[in-house]
Amino acid sequence: MRTTRHTLLALAVTTAIGLTACGADDTPASSAAPSTAALVLYNAQHEEVGQAWADAFTAKTGIKVEVRNGSDFELANQIIAEGAASPADVFITENSPAMALVSSKDLFAPVDAATKAQVPAEYSSSKGDWVGVAARSTVFVYNSTQVTDAQLPQSIMDLAKPEWKGRFGISPSGADFQAIVSAVYAVQGDAAAAAWLQGVKDNAKIYRGNSTIMKAANAGEVPGGVIYHYYWYGDQADGGAGSSNTKLKFFGNKDAGAFLSVSGGGVLKSSKHPAEAQRFLAYMSGPEGQKLLADSDALEYSVGTGVAANPKLKPLAELDIPPVDLNTLNGPKVIEEMQRVGLL
Amino acid sequence: MSPIPTALRLVPAVAVAALTLLPAGYVLTGVLADGDTARLLWRPRVGELLTNTVLLVVLGTAACVTVGTLAAWAVERTTLRGRPLWTALMVAPLAVPAFVNSFGWYSLSPSFAGLGAAVLVTTLSYYPLVYLPVAAMLRGLDPALEEQSRILGNTTWPTFGRIVLPQLRPAMSGGALLVALHLLAEFGALQALRFDTFTTAIYDQYQSTFNGAAATALAGVLVLLCLLVLGCELGLTGRARLARVGSGAARRALPHRLGHTAPVAYGGLVLLAAGALGVPLGCIAFWLLTSTSTAFPADELLRTVSTSIVLALLGAAVTTTLALPVAWLSIRRPGRVSRLVERSTYLGNSLPGIVVALALITIAVRYLPSLYQSTAMLLTAYAVLFMPRAMVSLRAALRQTPPEFDDVARSLGVRPVAVLLRVTLPLIARGVGAGSALVFLAVITELTSTLLLAPIGTRTLATQFWSSSTSINYGQAAPYALLMILVSAPAAYLLTRRSRMAES
Repeated sequence: MRTTRHTLLALAVTTAIGLTACGADDTPASSAAPSTAALVLYNAQHEEVGQAWADAFTAKTGIKVEVRNGSDFELANQIIAEGAASPADVFITENSPAMALVSSKDLFAPVDAATKAQVPAEYSSSKGDWVGVAARSTVFVYNSTQVTDAQLPQSIMDLAKPEWKGRFGISPSGADFQAIVSAVYAVQGDAAAAAWLQGVKDNAKIYRGNSTIMKAANAGEVPGGVIYHYYWYGDQADGGAGSSNTKLKFFGNKDAGAFLSVSGGGVLKSSKHPAEAQRFLAYMSGPEGQKLLADSDALEYSVGTGVAANPKLKPLAELDIPPVDLNTLNGPKVIEEMQRVGLL
Repeated sequence: MSPIPTALRLVPAVAVAALTLLPAGYVLTGVLADGDTARLLWRPRVGELLTNTVLLVVLGTAACVTVGTLAAWAVERTTLRGRPLWTALMVAPLAVPAFVNSFGWYSLSPSFAGLGAAVLVTTLSYYPLVYLPVAAMLRGLDPALEEQSRILGNTTWPTFGRIVLPQLRPAMSGGALLVALHLLAEFGALQALRFDTFTTAIYDQYQSTFNGAAATALAGVLVLLCLLVLGCELGLTGRARLARVGSGAARRALPHRLGHTAPVAYGGLVLLAAGALGVPLGCIAFWLLTSTSTAFPADELLRTVSTSIVLALLGAAVTTTLALPVAWLSIRRPGRVSRLVERSTYLGNSLPGIVVALALITIAVRYLPSLYQSTAMLLTAYAVLFMPRAMVSLRAALRQTPPEFDDVARSLGVRPVAVLLRVTLPLIARGVGAGSALVFLAVITELTSTLLLAPIGTRTLATQFWSSSTSINYGQAAPYALLMILVSAPAAYLLTRRSRMAES
């Protein structure tokens, strides 16, 4: 009796699973079926940002866009593993190093001249194979009850000084901080930057992730930390539970600490719809796409010429950023240097 | 019983093992292709990572075995009141993803970090992997042996140490193996705790522009550590026969009287439940209440939930089916070959998701382009990643089933396939159910492979939680975390039911 019951149970389960299997195979297949010219966007930007651009572009042109979401490094490594067989047409990221990685493997097609003209050259690849679509600024977040304005570091270089020992957080494992280190090397030169990096290794408390640093500063666990601006603005807009005790210091003065990290967009060489893909990139970096970004609650900077950033942010023109070649950021040298001092 | 299995039985098992070895093969090719491996590995940082990883695996596994075994004994074998409630509470942490638990603890205090924090959080998340098999085994034990021991003059604790513990060894070591493999590959739970292991370092390396080689070199060390863990487990399991030989059915064991130790038992269990369930649930409630981005988009939530459930059901079915021939071979035809085949299926689980995903991408794009980013491909990844969860459950069930039943059926003229369907499978139904439920739970929270390998446009609870929490909309992320727990609850409940069936 028992055995029969078990067999019946097993049969019922198998049938049920078989049925759901058929149902499941239908759903993804139908959504994945490429229509005449459906573009595939590998989106490492925040999901809402990429999706908003894709939806608005489809509404305007009728060209469908399918979105695969992931992080910068996941999708960049995926594109490299896929090589010429990549299903992706367009790739957008949070930070430029992932663009530089794909660019270094020669997987991007040249960007249309008209598209390049929409974005200031300092926010785009010097190789002309990708353009900036958004940006985030380096800031010093600090607990305003623990650090007075007079005590604030005036340059990111000050953080290597003895008075900051154990008093600020960094996230060296993230692409964000690695880009900031490369900016220091680009602005200050190798010798000064190497001495600074050693000082930072000795002084900094190590965290994983920008929001972790911000919350630690907010809780008074560490007086300050190096992060990107939008974590703070985002948390303020979301109730401020992780940032209400903190303020931001923008370094300015072309200081390495005023580094602006650019989110890039590029068209893959392997794209099967290159014309439509170029049109999509032109849309994202053009006035309409940039306006969409500035008006959204993503709180990232728009970089297209003639579009003002979100009014809640400190204007881009006032940031006084240092000049940096984005395609050299996060290069092998910086990684080796960070490995040498033991941050990686 | 011949030590060399017949070819027909060997082929499916070897095919499954080959599939699960793909990621390790990918790592090996990478290490061999790169001449710089020595420089990348011979650095102080790698020594630091090795120390951290070994400490976490050793301490975390020891803590899980201790907590899991003691809790199982207290719930199953003492006069504790409210046993069904405790059983449910002890298994429920399986439904809480480790990274949600970690976020919960971390948000209590940002200074919650380092080795101690990592061991605490992973123990609270993974001790049920030991609790479950040990509790099931305690229910299945014939009390006759313990009674003999008492008659011969041993008191409670010597009896526990000399008679009960040795019988629990396979369950404890099987659970410990699962925990150790999880700890080797753990990323989500350690992310916020400022504690770096090989796996977190591999993710870091992939984030750096030019460092694929360093990541592969580190993954190579991880493969070696996994082999070490597998070797240790082999030594600890023992080979004693566990199926009963006597005629008739075993009686139920008499519960141990708690007496004045009752407060300790109740207190310990309450603390355990508070740490493993109270903290993460409290954290989710806090997000839901304080965040302004909290929203319940019903359509979106419903679609995501059903995708997650379908993928997890399919993943569980595929993984358990694939594990069956290997588990059968390793228990019923033990020998060097079958042991090698069985052991090799554990390697995939010890590697970080990103390594497994990139290995499958490389292979699929080159050799199976039509399967690339299909549901079938994703299910393959799940099978490679979670095979050990099914394997351990199936093996434990097979070990407790007398092989003589199969032999009797064969001698009565039943064909081998029919023996499998009519005798073996019904007898190990409990193990099949437990293994499937464990895989189901793992798929619900899987992130990296789902992001990279799922058909485009697929959204699961885990990917949506990740997407909302990386853009720091914790209020938006909270409903997904809550749903992950709710969807997982039935599978966790099923696990408690499965072990209770042994009583009837």
